[in-house]
Amino acid sequence: MKQRYSVFSLVRNAFSSHENWSKAWRSPPLKPAYDVIIIGAGGHGLATAYYLAREFGITNVAVLEKGWLGGGNIARNTVTIRSNYMRDESIPFYVKSVEMFEGLTRELNFNMMHSKRSMIDVVQTYGRLRELRRRQLAMDIHGATYQQITTQELRRRIPALTGGGANARLPIIGGMVHTDAAVNRHDAVAWGYARGADSHGVEIHQQTEVTALIRGGDGAIAGVETNRGTIRAKQVVVAVSGHTTTLTETAGLRLPLRTMNLTAFVSEPVKPLIDVIVNCPDSGFYLSQSDKGEMVIGGAPDRGQSFRRDIKQHVFEDSVSMMLSLFPAFKKLKLMRQWGGHLDIAHDSSPIMSLTDVAGLIVTAGWWGGYKAIPAGGLTLAHLVAKGTPHPLMAAFTLNRFKSLDYVMESGTTTAR
Amino acid sequence: MLLISCPNCGERSEGEFTYGGPVQAPRPNPLETSDEDWVDYLTTVPNPLGPVQEYWWHAAGCGRWLSLWRDTRTHDIVEPPHGL
Repeated sequence: MKQRYSVFSLVRNAFSSHENWSKAWRSPPLKPAYDVIIIGAGGHGLATAYYLAREFGITNVAVLEKGWLGGGNIARNTVTIRSNYMRDESIPFYVKSVEMFEGLTRELNFNMMHSKRSMIDVVQTYGRLRELRRRQLAMDIHGATYQQITTQELRRRIPALTGGGANARLPIIGGMVHTDAAVNRHDAVAWGYARGADSHGVEIHQQTEVTALIRGGDGAIAGVETNRGTIRAKQVVVAVSGHTTTLTETAGLRLPLRTMNLTAFVSEPVKPLIDVIVNCPDSGFYLSQSDKGEMVIGGAPDRGQSFRRDIKQHVFEDSVSMMLSLFPAFKKLKLMRQWGGHLDIAHDSSPIMSLTDVAGLIVTAGWWGGYKAIPAGGLTLAHLVAKGTPHPLMAAFTLNRFKSLDYVMESGTTTAR
Repeated sequence: MLLISCPNCGERSEGEFTYGGPVQAPRPNPLETSDEDWVDYLTTVPNPLGPVQEYWWHAAGCGRWLSLWRDTRTHDIVEPPHGL
């Protein structure tokens, strides 16, 4: 680590009007070959580079990014970190990831503004309540935290929740609290990992768009074609959420993924009003209040495949009308921004982290809600790259599960209705 | 908002329709097809950066199923690509 951030470094740099901070990461010249190329400087790509260097000593690594660092999906999520999943294969992985997030500020010496503030699921149908109770029992086995609370307790903890009464179309019948849930700052996660990876010798190249994967005479991966020329490597990691199939098809590889668009929007900032993450699975939206005071609201995905990065009018209207049925006072809020991000969804709604039929080509994809998975996703992917075998936490998530029809059916996502 | 042209009802708002997924190759006979092709049929759908053919159901209208070509980059309904 080049310079350490601390209150002393802040004071020291104040004397020179903050003009002498060293750069958090370098911009080295592009080399013709590396040991490992990681495509995509998003959360997963950067975390993988960092753990490759730190845990496995592999530092001749280039992270290639077509836009700018932290400008892709990691800039488009709603920063919810949680581990209330449903399957025995998924829960331990997300428990590990939530745990790693809690120590990330200290480990990377970068303030993640981590705020562990609980998520409360507002339950409005008995079918949902049964499903969440079942999830609670599954999670008890693996040490994640999930508990049922009464409607009175739920209304006490979320005073702004004034709708959903006895006469509502979907009255609130109970709640579930997930105390491990947290939010933090997504830019800090990208920048912290970038700085950490860079200080171990990893190179990060922005504005370097990969246009095709190159295979050698033996069929194995040989490198990538970019807008800055050909770069060679024996191992190439695809971590490009959404565009995975576009890229792997250039190497003749078809994957069981479809690309979707997920909607989010933000209100004007207001005074502190909600100190938990509110998730309304029956209504299909979730919200939390950011440190700036904005309400950050996420909705359901668009119908059909989409590579657009904006949001659809009626998906947006759906989410807003459902939100107003539970939070009628929010009718007065002005909305400031709206955005959409792409994600690829596998046939069984679970992530894919796997070697492929093309030797040396490794994919990480299908992360519906990949933000919460960044630390453990990076760690397990680095393990796969370095050792050539899946990390025990991700052993169930390789492409082999499609060949043996051994799916990990998972709808442990916030807005899955 | 898309305007979808229903063969019975004419141009109607997208909100009246239910999405039915992309159009796939016909279902092979599982007893006669290879394991690879069967898995491919079960799990892999076309995911192009561009026009894709998909089914829509006029659920809140006449109940007709129809298929259309839609560009995944813009969400516009487009003409089928040449040769299809």
